[in-house]
Amino acid sequence: MIYREAGQFKTSYASDQAVFPIVQDRVFVLAAVVAAFVVPPLIAGDYWLQAILIPFLIYALAAIGLNLLTGYAGQLSLGTGGFMAVGAYSAFKLTTAFPQLSIIAVFLLSGLAAAAIGLLFGIPSLRIKGFYLAVATLAAQFFLIWLFNKVAWFTNYASSGTITAPDRTVLGVTVTGPNAPAAARYVMALAFVAVFALVAKNLVRGRIGRSWMAIRDRDIAAEIIGVRPLRTKLLAFGISSFYCGVAGAELVFLYLGSAETLAFDINQSFLVLFMVIIGGLGSILGSWLGAAFIILLPIFLTRLPHSLGLTMSVALQKQIELMIFGGLILFFLIVEPHGLARLWQIGKEKLRLWPFPH
Amino acid sequence: MSDLLYMVLVAPFKDMAGAPAFLVEVLIGGVFAGLMYSLVALGFVLIYKASGVFNFAQGVMVLFAALTLVGLLERGAPVVVALALTVAVMVGLAYAIERVVLRPLVNQPQIILFMATIGLNFFLEGFGEMAWGANVKKLDIGIPDRSFIVRGVQINELELTAAVTAAVLVTLLALFFQTTRIGRALRAVADDHEAALSIGIPLKTIWVVVWSVAGVVAIVAGLMWGAKSGVQFSLSLIALKALPVLILGGFESVPGAIVGGLIIGVGEKLGEVYWGPLVGGAIENWFAYVLALAFLLVRPQGLFGEKIIERV
Repeated sequence: MIYREAGQFKTSYASDQAVFPIVQDRVFVLAAVVAAFVVPPLIAGDYWLQAILIPFLIYALAAIGLNLLTGYAGQLSLGTGGFMAVGAYSAFKLTTAFPQLSIIAVFLLSGLAAAAIGLLFGIPSLRIKGFYLAVATLAAQFFLIWLFNKVAWFTNYASSGTITAPDRTVLGVTVTGPNAPAAARYVMALAFVAVFALVAKNLVRGRIGRSWMAIRDRDIAAEIIGVRPLRTKLLAFGISSFYCGVAGAELVFLYLGSAETLAFDINQSFLVLFMVIIGGLGSILGSWLGAAFIILLPIFLTRLPHSLGLTMSVALQKQIELMIFGGLILFFLIVEPHGLARLWQIGKEKLRLWPFPH
Repeated sequence: MSDLLYMVLVAPFKDMAGAPAFLVEVLIGGVFAGLMYSLVALGFVLIYKASGVFNFAQGVMVLFAALTLVGLLERGAPVVVALALTVAVMVGLAYAIERVVLRPLVNQPQIILFMATIGLNFFLEGFGEMAWGANVKKLDIGIPDRSFIVRGVQINELELTAAVTAAVLVTLLALFFQTTRIGRALRAVADDHEAALSIGIPLKTIWVVVWSVAGVVAIVAGLMWGAKSGVQFSLSLIALKALPVLILGGFESVPGAIVGGLIIGVGEKLGEVYWGPLVGGAIENWFAYVLALAFLLVRPQGLFGEKIIERV
């Protein structure tokens, strides 16, 4: 009744190709974005912002990045943690070397640094495919982490081996470092992920995205019809690493405050890959849903026994959490291998016919 | 510059020539370590061959098998009974995995199955620790961890036993694959799923069998690794050690897992001892991967993997 496109005629090519062709969608998304900017900083407490919303936004950015590479271009990568580390460490080096440089520029530049490293480790993808490539990207993961651990220059010779976000301001408001209010960091993370999600959406429906999908679906056929595999694959690695790099910089500067290489170990790579697959391969919306699911699930699981009135030892609770986490991943893969985005789509189809399904 | 080149290209070889007994010791250490990696890689290969699943949970299966064995031994079961019970548990696990995970996911893309095994990884980790406790356990199988010296070269008794066990296991597996009826069926399934189905090979049974065999291989690997370094959570991380072995040898090849293991083991030890100090050490985490990557650039399907034929 409410959600249907009757009477909305597409009279031009542009309106046919719009990101949100239905008016209701446009209004809803716009309202959601505005609400996301305004409501949480006003009403949400520090716990909500710090423990849930900020990590959600940061991981959504990383998941979008990995989804471009794995979901759209079909190159399975397990090096996400390493690329995020490149972003974080180069942001730290840049902002300590040039304190007057705007933190926004620092984030973008560290994304570019991560993109360069991503290009380098993407080169083997021209020859290596499938799981062989996935294991090869693990080389990037382990090598980069080792490098940041070993070379003290990256941490400015800090004896603890950690990098700490200094105070930086945007338009007079402190957004990073220990003195930044959670609301400011939240708005900063939201602004980045909103802009980059829009960029990603436009990338994947344009020429670049179509060449990625052609390579993913059958690379030889794509090559024959004139998609250049070298450029296309490397572009996917570069852009994906850019996203992951920015997310890594945000992870340290907006969320953790200080970090060592442990924050970017292989579990981080798996976590982001989970988000992409649970959310839906080849879907920008799916990256958001997947990130929300994977961030919320552990928090929910930690609180569950308490709210049920059960008391158990910390170790036992940790083990049960692991079991439920693994079990739920299996459950979701079996119920809907195409991810949460597909469930959302089915729901929308149903809503169009509601309440008269025939 | 020339100093650097000398340090990288000449000095290590001079060291090697200068102390041949030490070099032999390093090489033998590498061979033993490599065989241990092969034991884990074997489980991967078996499952990948028969069901096309890249089983990330193999490392946790090793941990789970070792935990079960130690748990039973601690409760006073005789060694033979404990081993038999562990085998039974692993077969049961294989059956459960086939029923709950593999069957509903038939015909899904490989990446989904890969993810499912990572989910399985988490589940088994939590389950194993809940059932048997998370503290470090000692696994004593009656082989002393001591060394004897042959012509000035130290050989560790435990590592020697592990190497012999690995060799025996591989021989047994080869015989099983070549001569038994089930072995033939396994090879048929590995060759072509659909053709195997059409001549009446029950795919589901084959999957249970192959996951059980991988479970038994995991028990042997868990036995050896557990005796060497104790049974604890970090045991499951040896999966990450087995991955470069796997891509080096090729996913589908049993001999590849052995040869790959040897190359990685020896290469890793040589790199660590002779080149490691140049870059500050602790290179064992990534050296194997870079080595495997270098091989892959020349042979993208691994040393013994099936030739990748590309069609439109």
